[in-house]
Amino acid sequence: MTIQLIVFLPLLAAIVAGFGNRMIGNVAAKFVTTAALFASCALSWPIFIDYIMLSRAAEVVPVLTWVQSGDLNFEWALRVDALTAVMLVVVTTVSALVHLYSWGYMDEDPDQPRFFAYLSLFTFAMLMLVTANNLVQMFFGWEGVGLASYLLIGFWFKKPSASAAAIKAFVVNRVGDLGFMLGIFGTFLVFGTVSIPEILEAAPAMAGSTITFAGMRLDTMTILCLLLFIGAMGKSAQLGLHTWLPDAMEGPTPVSALIHAATMVTAGVFMVCRLSPMFETSDVALTVITVVGASTAIFAATVGLVQTDIKRVIAYSTCSQLGYMFFAAGVGAYSAAMFHLFTHAFFKALLFLGAGSVIHAMHHEQDMRYYGGLRKEIPLTFWAMMAGTLAITGVGIIHMGAIPAIGFAGFFSKDAIIEAAFASGTSTGQFAFAIGVLAALLTSFYSWRLMFLTFWGKPRWIQSEHIQHSVHKTPETAEDSTGGYHPHESPMSILIPLGVLSLGAIGAGFLFHNQFIDATEGFRFWAGSLAFDRHLMHAIHEVPLWVKLASTVAMLTGLLTAYLMYFRGKDRPARLAATFQPLYNFFFNKWYFDELYDLIFVRPAFWFGRLFWKAGDEGTIDRFGPNGVAAVVASGAGIAKRFQTGYLYSYALVMLLGLAAAVTWLIVRGAN
Amino acid sequence: MNQLDFPILSLMMGLPMLAAIICLFVGAKAARWLALVTTLVLFALGVVLWASYDIGGPQWQYVERVELFGNFAWALGIDGISMMLIMLTVFLMPICIGASWESIQKRVGEYMAAFLFMEVLMIGVFAAQDIFLFYILFEAGLIPMYLIIGIWGGANRIYASYKFFLYTLLGSVVMLIAMLWMVQDAGTSDIPTLLNYDFAPEAQTWLWLAFFASFAVKMPMWPVHTWLPDAHVQAPTAGSVILAGVLLKMGGYGFLRFSIPMFPEASEQFIWLIFGLSMVAVIYTSLVALVQQDMKKLIAYSSVAHMAIVTVGLFAFNRQGIEGAIIVMLSHGLVSGALFLCVGVIYDRLHTREIDRYGGLAINMPKYAVLFLLFTMASIGLPGTSGFVGEFLSLIGLYKVNSWVTLVCTIGIILGAGYMLYLYRRVAFGELVHDDVKAMPDLSAREMALLAPTAAAVMWMGVYPESFMAPIRGDVGAIVARIDRAAPEGDAHLKMGEAKAATKGHEIETGHGESH
Repeated sequence: MTIQLIVFLPLLAAIVAGFGNRMIGNVAAKFVTTAALFASCALSWPIFIDYIMLSRAAEVVPVLTWVQSGDLNFEWALRVDALTAVMLVVVTTVSALVHLYSWGYMDEDPDQPRFFAYLSLFTFAMLMLVTANNLVQMFFGWEGVGLASYLLIGFWFKKPSASAAAIKAFVVNRVGDLGFMLGIFGTFLVFGTVSIPEILEAAPAMAGSTITFAGMRLDTMTILCLLLFIGAMGKSAQLGLHTWLPDAMEGPTPVSALIHAATMVTAGVFMVCRLSPMFETSDVALTVITVVGASTAIFAATVGLVQTDIKRVIAYSTCSQLGYMFFAAGVGAYSAAMFHLFTHAFFKALLFLGAGSVIHAMHHEQDMRYYGGLRKEIPLTFWAMMAGTLAITGVGIIHMGAIPAIGFAGFFSKDAIIEAAFASGTSTGQFAFAIGVLAALLTSFYSWRLMFLTFWGKPRWIQSEHIQHSVHKTPETAEDSTGGYHPHESPMSILIPLGVLSLGAIGAGFLFHNQFIDATEGFRFWAGSLAFDRHLMHAIHEVPLWVKLASTVAMLTGLLTAYLMYFRGKDRPARLAATFQPLYNFFFNKWYFDELYDLIFVRPAFWFGRLFWKAGDEGTIDRFGPNGVAAVVASGAGIAKRFQTGYLYSYALVMLLGLAAAVTWLIVRGAN
Repeated sequence: MNQLDFPILSLMMGLPMLAAIICLFVGAKAARWLALVTTLVLFALGVVLWASYDIGGPQWQYVERVELFGNFAWALGIDGISMMLIMLTVFLMPICIGASWESIQKRVGEYMAAFLFMEVLMIGVFAAQDIFLFYILFEAGLIPMYLIIGIWGGANRIYASYKFFLYTLLGSVVMLIAMLWMVQDAGTSDIPTLLNYDFAPEAQTWLWLAFFASFAVKMPMWPVHTWLPDAHVQAPTAGSVILAGVLLKMGGYGFLRFSIPMFPEASEQFIWLIFGLSMVAVIYTSLVALVQQDMKKLIAYSSVAHMAIVTVGLFAFNRQGIEGAIIVMLSHGLVSGALFLCVGVIYDRLHTREIDRYGGLAINMPKYAVLFLLFTMASIGLPGTSGFVGEFLSLIGLYKVNSWVTLVCTIGIILGAGYMLYLYRRVAFGELVHDDVKAMPDLSAREMALLAPTAAAVMWMGVYPESFMAPIRGDVGAIVARIDRAAPEGDAHLKMGEAKAATKGHEIETGHGESH
């Protein structure tokens, strides 16, 4: 019964708050949703602890029949095992804290019940995703979180940029869904089931078989895994399908913390881990995952270096960290991927919520160029952000002699990934290792850059339009760059979640690393809920000392560089940007992905749409169809005149369609 | 006679016929109420039909038969597929009457009569067991629709109704010839008998093409779809609802009832044609939908794309494909009907269908925005709504046959999200810039009563489709068994490889054990 409560309480709360809305009022709507989430959270932790104590077995709780169509059957059911338990605590904890945080952050918004209803709806969908026992329910959750994400990104729907970002997020995710759906279709074709346990059981026997997909003869497991992975790429914003994530920052900051950092974007990683025994059967698929993950890690880090919007820096940082998780999965260290997912949820939610607290204090200004010197003004937020930064940059001391390793959360999880990549012994693993270390350097740099720009130095607030709008007096002296503005520390509802998450960012790694990644304890903890490679997890302890130190050295280098550039030398960043202008522009413009996609997808879609409409439907089909018949009836002479205008278009179109028909014929005939 | 001991199907046709005639002679107000009450009674009868339908019982239930002359008989009877389509009809009819309550002010009696007569014909089409009876009802459906567009339609209604008539008539003639030949050959006009009659393969080819000519237009399939956007744009709201909701299902029903089970070999032979046209339709009409400025045209083009999923599902020759196609038909009937209602709601307020005239409706019409969003998402095929179940089953069935076609058709889910969300953004999001839009009130109780039940049905079909799938299971099974001999081989050609050792050269702990 517990698991039903955990999953369905948020749904119930969402319905009450959403449909009750103005009838029940702000406080009731906020109370219902927040209470439901804290209840879910309180019920989830005991389950997780049970798995940590190894005192609980996996179970599947059926809820309702969904679809029965011949040999295709799937039901609504809730699966609980160690992997689910990890996700349960991550999702419900961050969600509960974000609900609480939103009391303070959204206090002045006129539309609060709707906001809280969306948040709870999201949590429900996410919980359905992580408890799925079949691929279709996972897809339900997958699309459900997509819907919630769409609604929340577009929460301030009056802003054109927000509604545009919402559509972009949904449509780009749909590209990934194309892969996910085809993956499900193919899986059903091959295994005759969509039940995850049955598929995973049958998968090893399918290794080495071949299948035809879209006219190509391919290794069965490779194509299935790659199709499913395309879905994961979309949801987890991996290189190529990442373009929606930075734009998603249009949503309110609590949303960015919950959906676009801690939970939804990690669904792709979760999917790969859930299906890890399946991915293990295809080396090619794993290699692709490793390369894509590593590429994303470095790509997003380079873009994060030069962004000026505080939320965008953290968004690219998320993208980059997701890359780490994927290449961990790609080299076979699924448990390390899940461990990083776990710790990342805490420290990245912390960073986002901390950024939100800064934005709150700075009157909705998000541009770090107009921050500075906030350390003394909002000290609690500062220390929370500090904990988050120490965690993401991976500060810690490696295990030496009798002294156990000690450090912040990210230290344990990120180092495990980097070491696992090295220890995997494959050439792609080495590549991922090198990229991982380099990205760690960049991570450290952009994280400290954010800290220095925000909290140290002189206030640069006066240059901000948001601040100018809020204070209506001229600065007292020319020296006073504060503009007479006094930032205030955020209320308790914001500070409490920051405090709790800080504890997670500090301790989650140290406390749980044995359960998650230790060769023996990890194996017992996961209990088959993901593919656990004991040899690899053992081997990460055997890597040379320089490998173990590499990420720490990278972290220190990044810190030092950021210190020299943003703490000491005030004009150094500008000079460097001027020196490497093309590279700077390339990074600043996000490698021009948006421009490229606009050029090759969006514009052609509209162009072809108009062509098909005007030249196809109206210019050809109607002209020679009903209108043609009418014309023949009316007068024979009229037809000749009709031919004169724009016949080139029609001619080209007919050729195009003829070609398409011929190709279709060949393909369909050939395949049969 | 049947499980109810009275000819319920004849009653369901006779009652609206009678009401239609009365409507012609009474005043506007009385006609409205009479039509509403009649359609509600029919809905109640539909519920009785569904409740007393014997799942797993005989294939044809509620059978009635009165010999008229020659081969021609008043023969009615339904299987699960017919019943679900009749349910769709009787569900949408009261909604259509409600949608016309205020917007139709001229010649109300005739208008209501036309709708009631339409209901007679639609129920008849799905219940007919005599091929000639089917033909008459099927073609007669043109007449009330022609009148509804031609008399109560928009500015360009004459062109639209002419186009509608021309297209749909074209196919009918050849279909009639084919039917005559079939009855001659088989010696009966009884549909259940014909369903088990094996026509010679050479004859099947031209028979199939003759039926195809009619059904492809009704469907509508690319490239004979251009009547649909015009008909929708010009038709009054309720006309669009019934056109998209039920009339478009007649093509799919025709394929399912005649083309596929009666001519299995020919159906297999022409798979490439169906698949080819459907693939073009999905991509082509989705892209056209993307650039529309007129809301109704946009939804009309999206209907063509959705109907292409029906055709590929039907011609997948397997259970998932066919069941999925039927669910898409039911779902699309509800969802596109509701979307046209949504357009009607704001059209009644502002008298324009131009998308750019709106914007920001989520501010002053929050209830409307929620329901419109729900139907938008159902149209996109979000899991949990009816749209997903049908689309998913059709495509998974199709995948067994051809991965190329599936790939192309699945691209439709991306484009579908694109044009629907783009529409929703322009209508509901943004600031309220126009004063007249700002003055628009939210849904009235009447409008709520039209949309809320539809929304409930859409969710029901999405979360627990078993209610809708259980009655059709046996009938689909019968069709699949019938066409199995002609079913095409899939293009997957799965071939087992050499059993490989653990791929990474060292032991990997996998498995998804329940214990530790």
